[in-house]
Amino acid sequence: MDLILVAEQALNGLQFGLMLFLLAAGLTLVFGIMDLINLAHGSLYMIGAYLAAAAIAAGASFLVAVLAAVAGTALFGMLLEVTLLRRLYQRDHLSQVLATFALILMLNEGVRMIWGEQPLLLNTPAALSGPVELLPGLMYPAYRLLIIGVGLAVAVGLYLLVTRTRWGMWVRAGASNRAMTTAMGVPADRLFTAVFGIGAALCALAGSLLGPLLAVQVGMGESILILAFVVIVIGGIGSIRGALVGALLVGLVDTGSRTLLPAVLRQVASPEVASTLGPSIAAILIYVLMAAVLFWKPRGLFPARG
Amino acid sequence: MKMPSKSPAFLPVQTVVPAALTALTARVTITALVTLTALAASVPAAHAADKLKVGMLSTLSGAGAGLGVDIRDGFALAVQQNGGKLGGLTVETVIADDQQNPEVAKQSAERLLKRDKVDVMTGIVFSNVMLAVGPGVFAAQVPYISANAGPSQYAGEQCNPYFFNVAWQNDNLHEAIGKTVMDKGFKKVVVLAPNYPAGKDAVAGFRRYYKGAVADEIYTKLGQLDYSAELAQARAAKPDAMYIFLPGGMGINFIKQFVGAGLSKDITLFGPGFSADEDVIKAVGEPMLGMFNSSHWAHDLDNAANKRFVADFVKAYGRLPSLYASQGYDAALLIAAAVRDVKGKIEDKPALLKALKAAKFESVRGAFRFNHNQYPVQDYYLRVITKDPQGRVTNRTLGKIFEQHADAYAPQCKMK
Repeated sequence: MDLILVAEQALNGLQFGLMLFLLAAGLTLVFGIMDLINLAHGSLYMIGAYLAAAAIAAGASFLVAVLAAVAGTALFGMLLEVTLLRRLYQRDHLSQVLATFALILMLNEGVRMIWGEQPLLLNTPAALSGPVELLPGLMYPAYRLLIIGVGLAVAVGLYLLVTRTRWGMWVRAGASNRAMTTAMGVPADRLFTAVFGIGAALCALAGSLLGPLLAVQVGMGESILILAFVVIVIGGIGSIRGALVGALLVGLVDTGSRTLLPAVLRQVASPEVASTLGPSIAAILIYVLMAAVLFWKPRGLFPARG
Repeated sequence: MKMPSKSPAFLPVQTVVPAALTALTARVTITALVTLTALAASVPAAHAADKLKVGMLSTLSGAGAGLGVDIRDGFALAVQQNGGKLGGLTVETVIADDQQNPEVAKQSAERLLKRDKVDVMTGIVFSNVMLAVGPGVFAAQVPYISANAGPSQYAGEQCNPYFFNVAWQNDNLHEAIGKTVMDKGFKKVVVLAPNYPAGKDAVAGFRRYYKGAVADEIYTKLGQLDYSAELAQARAAKPDAMYIFLPGGMGINFIKQFVGAGLSKDITLFGPGFSADEDVIKAVGEPMLGMFNSSHWAHDLDNAANKRFVADFVKAYGRLPSLYASQGYDAALLIAAAVRDVKGKIEDKPALLKALKAAKFESVRGAFRFNHNQYPVQDYYLRVITKDPQGRVTNRTLGKIFEQHADAYAPQCKMK
């Protein structure tokens, strides 16, 4: 196997994994601390992408657009928590699933009413639209390097926030024993709203960064949300470290298997069979990974609750 | 053979919940349909042939929406040019969105046929959607005029007197580009196509005329937008040319990422006309300069019908038409010709089918006729993306690749 191919695919897996981490981090905190299954988490990702696209259409630079999207979505997320989701904490998971599923439908319709049916296409900023030569022979798109950089920076920042600050201590305490934490006098209301705001901001960051690589369209959050749920199940619910490891695992397995499997299968089967079977097996592999993790560690790799 | 459009891997909550909702909607729809049919039966059939009802079922949302929108707009332009009429009958177009989803499309088609009682249907972009909708339309004996989807199945053994394709059989544009790649002397090619019926047709068509080495044959999910893994794979295969079949937003994203990864320096990119048409050029721009593509139509083709079409389209919508728009326009012209030839008596099905098959209309692509399987026999051109004298990035026609070319499946069709 070609070394450059392996290196390039590793970078692709890293890039995909870090974007999944941005989504999974918010999801795992909300699920871990507030015990809320928020199916509409992906909608925040969509809203972030649309806000960035709207800002760019209004003439903002890429950087300003991303910042505006992050700020706008964080505000929207907190508003959602205060007005609506707060009422769901005491309800069972089924009510939460139904309510947040309804939210998905409403937000999709809302976005459709404002921006229309057609997907919006964004371009990567001109300065980053070419490749960078990392090593002799190893060319990699500059924009994807930026995504990797931002993802790593956010991962480190979030880790410091959760492990080194008072706020982070509350969050960790909330994740491992919610009742006790509230009893000890942690301002639960404010903490929950803040966690939700941060989750929404991370979603918006992922959405606006991926906008130019994908397309900004209605329902874009739904397919990626499934993977985000897989990530937090693998990593252990409520754990930031788990979300990071889970996201990187899923990113690398997905990218790696999509390339390697068809090539491996071609050694034993005809090209037609290999090219049909390869992608199908690759698509299953992530769920096989999840099942394997759950078999040996039913609470995920790094469970937050002891 | 019906191919699933999504990976059959697993049913996550995300799929199960909408599926349950769809089932519920289906039940409500069926109840509504039964009631409506009962109502309709109680009233004597009062279908006056002073009106032509067209069912336009197309992809109008999601990543493939640009294609359906162009078909719809091209069709509407022809109706508008004729003062709201086709072949002398006032046209009522019932528009439905198939969301590029075969299940949704089947339900919408059912509604168009049973409730709206359309006289003809058109508009479907994607072959997997067409294969799902086809049986219901044929059973209802409603002529289907395909303005794009041209699955090999309906060209060969499953050809049907009610199916007319006014665009091209799925293999054709790919056969043309395969011949071009061969003639230009490229030795090592990577092929990339989505894993669905038209994707297989495309690769089969390409390989029918390109006899050189295929370094890698990559299949992606239909609707995939991120090509990082595929680009790395293509780079590793070190080809001198790459051939892509990626309709709509897929192609737009691929070409952007292809350039972003620095592959455009060493690899010549080839594609079918629609991967290098106005919608894609508008989104990608200059990086596409020099891309070769094949088409049965081009906006600079020199004939009177085409000049009028392009000028009126630009005036009406403020953008250059794509190949999809030309196909939607031709579909309307074909219907108009057939309605005119049966003197508006569209309830005479055998006469209407005969008139459709005769295809006496002036196509914007020049000479056009149907083969016995009701797929076109037409010329295919080579185009290249260049800057025109006004400095716009657009296609220029270089010459003919095939003259009066028929598809490879026609011999298997038993229709006369």
